[in-house]
Amino acid sequence: MSDLLVMLVVFAASSAIGYALISKVPQRLHTPLMSMTNAISASTIIAALLLFSSKMDSPHKVLAAAAVALAAFNVVGGFTVTGRMLKMFKKQ
Amino acid sequence: MNNAANIAVDIAIILVLIAGIARFRTPAGARFGNAMAALALLFAVAVALYRNPILSSNAALAAFALAASSLAAWRVSAKINMTRIPSLVAFQNGAGGLAALLVAIVEMSSAGPAPGAVASAAAAVSVSLGAATFSGSMIASLKLAGKIRQTPTVVPGHNIALLGLAAACAAAAALMFAPGDPTSALVSLAFLSLAFGALFSIRIGGADMPVLISFLNSATGMAAAFCGIVIQNRLLIACGAVVASSGFILTMVMCRAMNRSLMNIIAGGKAFARAHASSSATVSSPEITAAPPAPTPVAASQPEQPVADPLSRAADSLRAAKKLIVIPGYGMAIAQAQSETVALAAMLEQAGTEVKYAVHPVAGRMPGHMHVLLAEADVDYDKLFEMDDINAEFAETDVALIVGACDVVNPAAKEKEGTPISGMPVLNAGDARSVIVCNFDDKPGYSGVPNPLYVRPNAILLFGDAKTTLASLIAKLQ
Repeated sequence: MSDLLVMLVVFAASSAIGYALISKVPQRLHTPLMSMTNAISASTIIAALLLFSSKMDSPHKVLAAAAVALAAFNVVGGFTVTGRMLKMFKKQ
Repeated sequence: MNNAANIAVDIAIILVLIAGIARFRTPAGARFGNAMAALALLFAVAVALYRNPILSSNAALAAFALAASSLAAWRVSAKINMTRIPSLVAFQNGAGGLAALLVAIVEMSSAGPAPGAVASAAAAVSVSLGAATFSGSMIASLKLAGKIRQTPTVVPGHNIALLGLAAACAAAAALMFAPGDPTSALVSLAFLSLAFGALFSIRIGGADMPVLISFLNSATGMAAAFCGIVIQNRLLIACGAVVASSGFILTMVMCRAMNRSLMNIIAGGKAFARAHASSSATVSSPEITAAPPAPTPVAASQPEQPVADPLSRAADSLRAAKKLIVIPGYGMAIAQAQSETVALAAMLEQAGTEVKYAVHPVAGRMPGHMHVLLAEADVDYDKLFEMDDINAEFAETDVALIVGACDVVNPAAKEKEGTPISGMPVLNAGDARSVIVCNFDDKPGYSGVPNPLYVRPNAILLFGDAKTTLASLIAKLQ
């Protein structure tokens, strides 16, 4: 039960912090922001990799590998494309 | 490692992540913030694997999946053309959703001891949200790539179908709590949610896409957070929750910019089509639907003046302008006219004209779309202004240059009641001394509301492909 409580607190605190931070982001950074948070949401890659920490049968292994690949595509692609976009913003 | 140390490490990682997001105030800061967030995530993965090492028998497969996909992702995103960013972002979001779905299914179906009620409930949410965001994002990505129709598609009984699917999802989720293997219940839940996501997404389109994109972004974050509850990982819960709330705020910002409720946009096509039909019935404008290349109304109403062609008149007013405000819209993205737009503006600036850009919050197909395109064309970002900061300046502006924008400058939003855009804040382009319209045609924007700007005496209409139009304007001014 205490685990659940900790998880709820983490969830609520993170939501509140996210809310406070994002409200101040200027409109011109909305696309890079979305693209970066998109990459962060692929933190499911943690869960996908941890699947490999216990024994699985072959069909499960295939599904787990697919999960790792998909999450990696999202996280690596997300941060790369965000970096590219931000590099274009220039001040003369 | 003891528990207190574990918590301290987790908190440190979350703080780095938060500090990264907090740098999103200026573009330079954001670049650093993006790197910080990436580093935080890398640490989170490293810590998780340190605590629960991968079995050596599984290591090769996991490493291969990770390396191959990372390389592919890097190659795609390092090379892709910036105009395809909206579609790529939606695609990546869908990949994240599918990953959350797969993780929850594998975790629940291979768990040795019976999973607890909390884990089961979290897995149900994770599978459901993951599946729905996957199919929803793929539809959005195809729409943004122009592979399927961008306008809302409404099927007969759309609402009833959505409600039915939602009820079926709830039933499948309830079955998971029955004794025995939850796999079949989870798989049915996944398929039902896939259908729900597709049906949900297909009804939202056109100018409502920024709302859909940020909403889906929020949903993937939520799926990740619940995935974190399933595996009891604090870092994953925190990352997911931050994304969920940030996506939700962006969604609400977009809704506010259109002065519509989230429900109104989600109900999309149908509510919209109804409003659309009534507005085109009440707003009749034969002048607007007249053939576009004909002499402009100003020429017709003032026959004493020599009738110059619109292009020369536009060039003349640009040459004489002391202050110019450029208003880009989704049409600029379609025509890929951002370089020409910026070239024209830069040319006038060299000649001494004061140039600013006014960007409506929902111009384009994702939040901040225009800013990215203009940044790609090398515009100094200090020249890009948000609507509330620049709207008062139109009255003292010589020329408002509209490039592929319609609804966001439509005065009917302020002046007419009962149209789909009534009450939506718009850019006051009509207040400028003259308005040059570089739109593809005289058809109304996505809202279907005819734009009365087109028949005003101070409007110069240059219909056609904006890239070509602007190139001829540049040639004329040289």
